[in-house]
Amino acid sequence: MDFTFSEDQLLFRESVRDFLVNEVSPERIRESWETETGRGESLWQQLAEMGLTGITVPEDFGGLGMSELDFVLLAQECGYVALPEPLVNTVMVAVPMLRELGGELARQWLPAIAAGEARVLVGLQQNLVVEDAHVADLLLLVREEGIYALLPGQFSLERNESVDPSRRLFSVTLAEGAKPLASGDAAAGIARAALNRGALACAAQALGLAQRMIDLSVAYTCERSQFGKTIGSFQAVKHHMADVAVKLEYAKAPVYRAAYQVTRNVAKASLAVSHAKLAACEAASLAAKNSIQVHGAMGYTWEVDLHIFMKKAWALANTWGDAACHKARVADVIFAAGAPVGADTTFA
Amino acid sequence: MHLEYTDKQKAFRAEIREWLAASVPDKPLKTYDTEEGFQQHREWEAVLHRGNWTMVTWPEELGGRGSDLVEWLIFEEEYYRAGAPKRVNMNGICLLGPTLMEYGSEAQKARILPKMASGEEIWAQAWSEPNAGSDMAAIRTRADRQGDKYVINGQKIWSTRAVWADWCFGIFRTDPESERHHGLTFILVPLDAPGITVRPIPQLDGLPGFAEIFFDDVEVPVENRLGDEGAGWSVAMATAGFERGLMLRAPARFQETARRLVELYQANRESADRDPAIRDAVIRAYLDAESYCLTTYQTACRLQQGGKIGPESSTNKIFWSELDQSMCATAMSILGARAELQPHAPAAAGVGTWLDDFLFAQSGPIYAGSNEIQRNIIAERMLGMPRK
Repeated sequence: MDFTFSEDQLLFRESVRDFLVNEVSPERIRESWETETGRGESLWQQLAEMGLTGITVPEDFGGLGMSELDFVLLAQECGYVALPEPLVNTVMVAVPMLRELGGELARQWLPAIAAGEARVLVGLQQNLVVEDAHVADLLLLVREEGIYALLPGQFSLERNESVDPSRRLFSVTLAEGAKPLASGDAAAGIARAALNRGALACAAQALGLAQRMIDLSVAYTCERSQFGKTIGSFQAVKHHMADVAVKLEYAKAPVYRAAYQVTRNVAKASLAVSHAKLAACEAASLAAKNSIQVHGAMGYTWEVDLHIFMKKAWALANTWGDAACHKARVADVIFAAGAPVGADTTFA
Repeated sequence: MHLEYTDKQKAFRAEIREWLAASVPDKPLKTYDTEEGFQQHREWEAVLHRGNWTMVTWPEELGGRGSDLVEWLIFEEEYYRAGAPKRVNMNGICLLGPTLMEYGSEAQKARILPKMASGEEIWAQAWSEPNAGSDMAAIRTRADRQGDKYVINGQKIWSTRAVWADWCFGIFRTDPESERHHGLTFILVPLDAPGITVRPIPQLDGLPGFAEIFFDDVEVPVENRLGDEGAGWSVAMATAGFERGLMLRAPARFQETARRLVELYQANRESADRDPAIRDAVIRAYLDAESYCLTTYQTACRLQQGGKIGPESSTNKIFWSELDQSMCATAMSILGARAELQPHAPAAAGVGTWLDDFLFAQSGPIYAGSNEIQRNIIAERMLGMPRK
């Protein structure tokens, strides 16, 4: 039993955090809002140079051959800066899906992802809209009849504007004559795994978002004075932040356990993933609620950076399976006969 | 990261499981807040001691097994799973024991720990005073040095188990000129010493689970002091701070409560589902108990690898106490009109121990440092918000 990350994993996290905090400032995110695509080629190249786009690509295909567990701390850091680039979904959802689909598709696209030359995005049936489909060089789309692998031109897009200007969301229509690449049980299994990975990706980012909102709120309340003292010295304000810290502290281990199980293809990973998603998104939602409160009217403005993180947290809570979806998945397990509930069931 | 038990850990689990299956009394003991129940629980401690199970983390020469924290978690899982009796000497084995191992002299350890392990001496706490609750540094009970003894005068309150316990430990003001956390000394006092009066205080259930202790010229020898004179605050605060927080409430306890809650919900599904909030709360109970377990394992593994516990440990107390409260409140909602009934009442079918559990859960956010104090600690020491 070892519930810790390795030195290497922790050091990698440190260097990625330093990079992201420097490169993905709130100013840069605001600039991206003004661009056509909201995405930047240069940042994607930088991420590729760090090996991040190919982290889960097998070494034979030019990647780092690492796992979802290796990536989970990095995904958290992507959340911390609200990275607009579709890195987390590429690494955690698209690459494993390509690995599972295999064949020529994997041989062609995995090296391109690792090299930073291609972005591959995924849309599941559970996704009302597809994130970043406009920059997809390949779109893996799950429909009832199977999984499609679509090149630009084989689908058309309609933009859905989000409250979060960083999120670029699209309704996808298949071009006529498109045929699924995989169908039947195999495709259904791949789609199920993809939902787990997408939900895990949300959960990991939510942890980072919650931490960022805590940091912003602590900084703000230690600066802002009322009644002759900084408002961060008032208990009512402190306790708002302490509540978030408690929720966040107890959401981390569930996310790491889920990453561990997803990496190992554990049969009951769905339960762990739903737990992780619920816990992490609740922490981030509470962080948003309490952060806007302690920011006062400033928190309700466009100018203060808080909303960059708050809006992403709100969105993640309801995408890749909303709370009802994930609670239902938990209920299916714990209310079944002979359910694994109680002491000595956690690691059994 | 490797989330599987080793063969050694599995063997350890098998051993305690087998021992408990053979040793746990068939009939539940009376509550330890009665004289008869207290005696029964003291005898159970002796049974545990004979099996070397009193405190598995203690060294072997003291009747422990030199277990690491993960083995301790496994022990607790099996213990709660088996429905074994509550531990009447928690104050001793979880609080004073580790403190003694760190600060005690060899003579103190040799005199106290074996009798603590066997249940021969049961310990009570003597921290709070009528005017020193959350503000513990306001302690006023005096211990005046007179040659080779201390003469104690004053009053302690909310002393859990003190009605039938043999000893108490606490901090006393040895420097009358001192203020706040200075000039306090950690002293061990036998509860049968002349000048001591113990006044039981009935708790919500009507039973005397705690007491007031009055000290009227109580003389104790200087060798009953733990640590240096005047260093009582740091002995009380710093010692095994983490183990206290962690070991006081094992995750297994709440996971078993969550399991019982799932069962209660299933058994009363038709009426419970009239309120969808109940189902939601049951799901949440399961998830939060699981989160508490996962997080505790994570902390235990980190500490085993030489990590240090930090102020984030204050999140622990808040999490389990509020989880316990909410699980018990959910059980009350499921029981509906039966919730208020004592288990022996004719209409109280299927109420189990929930009423007792619910009452006790109300104390969780108060004792061991109120949750408001814990939130201050988190904000100030973990998040770095200003004290003033």
